[in-house]
Amino acid sequence: MPDFNQELDASGLNCPLPILRAKKTLKGMESGEVLRIIATDPGSVKDFEAFANQTGNELMEASEEGGKYIFFIKKK
Amino acid sequence: MSDEKKLAIIATKGSLDWAYPPFILASTAAALGYETEIFFTFYGLALLKKKLNLQVTSLGNPAMPMPMPVPVIMQTLPGMQAMMSSMMKKKMKSKGVASVDELRDLCLEAEVRMVACQMTVDLFDFNTKDLLDEVEYAGAASFFEFAGESDICLYI
Repeated sequence: MPDFNQELDASGLNCPLPILRAKKTLKGMESGEVLRIIATDPGSVKDFEAFANQTGNELMEASEEGGKYIFFIKKK
Repeated sequence: MSDEKKLAIIATKGSLDWAYPPFILASTAAALGYETEIFFTFYGLALLKKKLNLQVTSLGNPAMPMPMPVPVIMQTLPGMQAMMSSMMKKKMKSKGVASVDELRDLCLEAEVRMVACQMTVDLFDFNTKDLLDEVEYAGAASFFEFAGESDICLYI
């Protein structure tokens, strides 16, 4: 599991809130820092991929454990 | 101007369910770095009111999922629309779906431009004091100025 600088718990939130909260959190972070996101929305798997592709922030790792989706995003 | 991508949306509907597509897409686009404008016309103007009171109805919408079958004639009874609207809002909250107010605030925060159609504002005697302070007022030509350069253009 990568190291991370900040964590965002988006559990229980539905589209598009996990993405919007992640964007907001990343805004307050420095370039190269890593954000760990926890989500329960199954749609967030594809959505964080698409978010990374379009914004240039790197999706370092995506995994699922016990109904929770964990993402590591490195700020561009 | 920048090389930012642009999204132009026309919002024409003012019910609770139809309030979601423009605000979800606009807020998400803004998060992805799009410059976004929503042009509100006809019933879409209701989405710009400071105090939102959006309703949903199953009348004329046989696809709306209902917790139990309700005959159409019953759906026309007074109070049914208010009841369905409050049930819908409750359901959305329980599923972690943002409220329209919340999504709209996120759009404003992300500097999504909200433009009201001046013609329909006049037609329906809207008082601009009742609409959000951020709203700009313009017509079709100004929509095309933005939409003509947009990468994505949606009519909702």
